[in-house]
Amino acid sequence: MIPLSWYLIFAAALFSLGLYGVLARRNAVALLMGVELMLNAVIINLIAFWRYIGFAGMSGQAFAVIVFAVSAAEVAVGLALVISIYRRRNTVVAEDIDMLKF
Amino acid sequence: MEITTLILLLPLPPLLAFFLIVLFTNRSRLLSSIIGVGAAFLSWLGAMIVFINALGVEEFGKHPFELSIPWLATGSTTLSIGVMIDPLSAVVLFFVGWTVLMIFLYSVGYHNFGQPKGDHDKKGLPPHGATVTDEHGHSHTVLSVEPMYSRFFAFIGLFAFGMYTLVVSNNLLTMFVGWEVMGLCSYLLIGFWFQKPSARAAAIKAFLTTRVGDVFMLIGVVWLYSLTGTLNFREIFSHLDKVTEVTSLFGWSAAAWIGILLFIGTIGKSAQFPLHVWLPDAMEGPTPVSAMIHAATMVSAGVYAMIRMFPLFESATSDGFNPPMVMLMVVGTFTALFAATIAVAQNDIKRVLAYSTISQLGFMLAALGTGAYVAATFHLVTHAFFKALLFLGSGSVIHGMEHGVLHTGNHHVDPQDMYNMGGLRKKMPITFWTFLIGGFALAGFPLVTAGFWSKDEILTEALHGGYIWVFGILALAALMTAFYTMRQITLTFFGEPRTPEAEHAHETPWTMTVPLMVLSFFAITFGWVGIPEHFPVLGGIPKALGFASNWFHEFVISSLPAGGGGHEGLLRLASEEAAAAFDPIPLITSLVVALGGLALGWWYYSKVTKVEQDFFQIKILKNKYYIDEIYNGSFVRLAGWLSETFAVFIDRQIIDGILHAVASTVPVIGSFLRRTIDAFINWIGDKIGSGTNSVGQEAKILQPGKVQQYLVATMALVLVALLFFITRN
Repeated sequence: MIPLSWYLIFAAALFSLGLYGVLARRNAVALLMGVELMLNAVIINLIAFWRYIGFAGMSGQAFAVIVFAVSAAEVAVGLALVISIYRRRNTVVAEDIDMLKF
Repeated sequence: MEITTLILLLPLPPLLAFFLIVLFTNRSRLLSSIIGVGAAFLSWLGAMIVFINALGVEEFGKHPFELSIPWLATGSTTLSIGVMIDPLSAVVLFFVGWTVLMIFLYSVGYHNFGQPKGDHDKKGLPPHGATVTDEHGHSHTVLSVEPMYSRFFAFIGLFAFGMYTLVVSNNLLTMFVGWEVMGLCSYLLIGFWFQKPSARAAAIKAFLTTRVGDVFMLIGVVWLYSLTGTLNFREIFSHLDKVTEVTSLFGWSAAAWIGILLFIGTIGKSAQFPLHVWLPDAMEGPTPVSAMIHAATMVSAGVYAMIRMFPLFESATSDGFNPPMVMLMVVGTFTALFAATIAVAQNDIKRVLAYSTISQLGFMLAALGTGAYVAATFHLVTHAFFKALLFLGSGSVIHGMEHGVLHTGNHHVDPQDMYNMGGLRKKMPITFWTFLIGGFALAGFPLVTAGFWSKDEILTEALHGGYIWVFGILALAALMTAFYTMRQITLTFFGEPRTPEAEHAHETPWTMTVPLMVLSFFAITFGWVGIPEHFPVLGGIPKALGFASNWFHEFVISSLPAGGGGHEGLLRLASEEAAAAFDPIPLITSLVVALGGLALGWWYYSKVTKVEQDFFQIKILKNKYYIDEIYNGSFVRLAGWLSETFAVFIDRQIIDGILHAVASTVPVIGSFLRRTIDAFINWIGDKIGSGTNSVGQEAKILQPGKVQQYLVATMALVLVALLFFITRN
């Protein structure tokens, strides 16, 4: 059986990839994709811990499904925002979207 | 290789073809068609191997090929999925394999592979023709290649995947998945020429209409699962008492309600009244699509699902009354006649076939409702062959007519209108002969064609079941079927060409005529496997040659679970089958309606040369009983009215009104407050403001307004917190 740490290392790597994407990509859509990667890393951790430690219950799977649902909702909202910004400002470059500051 | 592994692999090639074409080969027409047709060929090969293996198994109905794997553990139960081939799915697999392969091959020719690119062709519109200059310096207009050629093969590949998945499934879940994959593909394919507004509207209509049925079906599936704890067909049928013992609305058993819910799904998918409206509009798609949807796949899938769930329907009897079976019978019989009457008045060659499909599916469902399990299956298979043949034949006719249209350059001539045709038998001999075979099979031309045997069996069963009215209405519908079929053949192929376009029509390439010939072979011969044992003279021939008499019946009936609780209906069926000696009434009826209808059609339409002379251009029939208008006036208008009400009344008047009221009172209060405590507050406010301003000026550097810089700050903070906690311990 694959040791637990492998999963954790894999999840950490995936998380770092996502984090890099969020911090370094210029495209707002790519930013959202980075967030998704991070969420997926979290899910892998949840499932892995559930499988290795708390296998008796269903909580790990239940959490994973809830995180999926939340992340799907989040992407829907995020994409809607990006599209809306694109229509108004004709850009999806995150740096150019500085409307928070007048 | 284990046979179950092979069955598991059957749906795979078309799916792989879909991904390969979409991801890699979409720029190359040649590669895409090789991959598409090759995948269809692989699946066909697998299907034939499975079918031949199935023939060799003794008592195949009791020992089908089945492979089931646990897939999803939910709480205390495990949901298993898998594949199964029993006699019923074996024969369905047989016709699916053949028709899918033929349709793929035909698409190569239909989309003008090898022809030059069009002069003004755009993606999303049918090709308009290309100008070429020959060696003498003359320029002609010829057919041009479809601009989205590769995409078409990707879509029909996915469609074939859906159908194979549905056929090989051993459970309702994967069956439903295949069902929905096809729903999506039919949307994509009907809207294939998406720049045509009519095609867009038809695609949306098809998707929404079938969705209405699918929602009910899904409810039925979930209900069934909650009662039996399994979705595997054979396990459901061995635990039917769990469903029949639960009493629900109106005192009917849960089995009755689940049957009705599942049947509503089929009403949508198989285009039965009142959800039939999408199917004629689906003719907006390219012709191979029509054949895929109408013969090989989607609409057959609806009937197949009903036949598959037949033991459930049978078990719903209580007090001698079986609600879902009666519903099947009534809806099927009504639709059979209803659609046949509309078909008589249509002039578009494909629309006639569309309504005839609706009518024939009604035949099958009515047969199933009378308990004629085998007759319904038999008609499903024969109909798939001859209807695919007819649709491909009509596509060939349209293709030939388009050739004529390009020759004359008159683009106002509709190449699908039968009154623009005439005399095509000399121009397109192969298409004519194959279309004639398909048409005669549809009409039920005696003894020779497959359609005769299956339709005769349906009529016999209806009469033996004691349903005289079903028998009468179906016989009338069969008469009209023969009549409009002959009308179509006469108007299209006989007489003199009525337009210059028809004079310049041209036979289609071999990729289109070969599928026609293969399918006409089956349109004739497939009926011979189901000749009733007691039929005069012919019934004895299979036995004399050493085959089982009425092989089809023996083979398919073994799919039904024998005996057991709640199966009185099946036992009745079996005993009645054994007792049924030859009865001349249905035979004479089918002879009379088939030959009479054909003769009437020939007698009347051989004299009609102009649309004005056609007596059957009755307004209410031409307008399909105004069903579309009724739906537009009720459901569509209602939905529009509701959204308008919400937008104008509730949103703009009530909600905005409250906001406006609040907004207009606030300034009043505000101006009062300003006048009274303005000076004092102002003083404090100014101080706070200037103070805040100066703090803000200093702190501004922390607020760059760019999301990623905030994120970096957040990450830094998290790291600091982490360090703090780590070092503390």
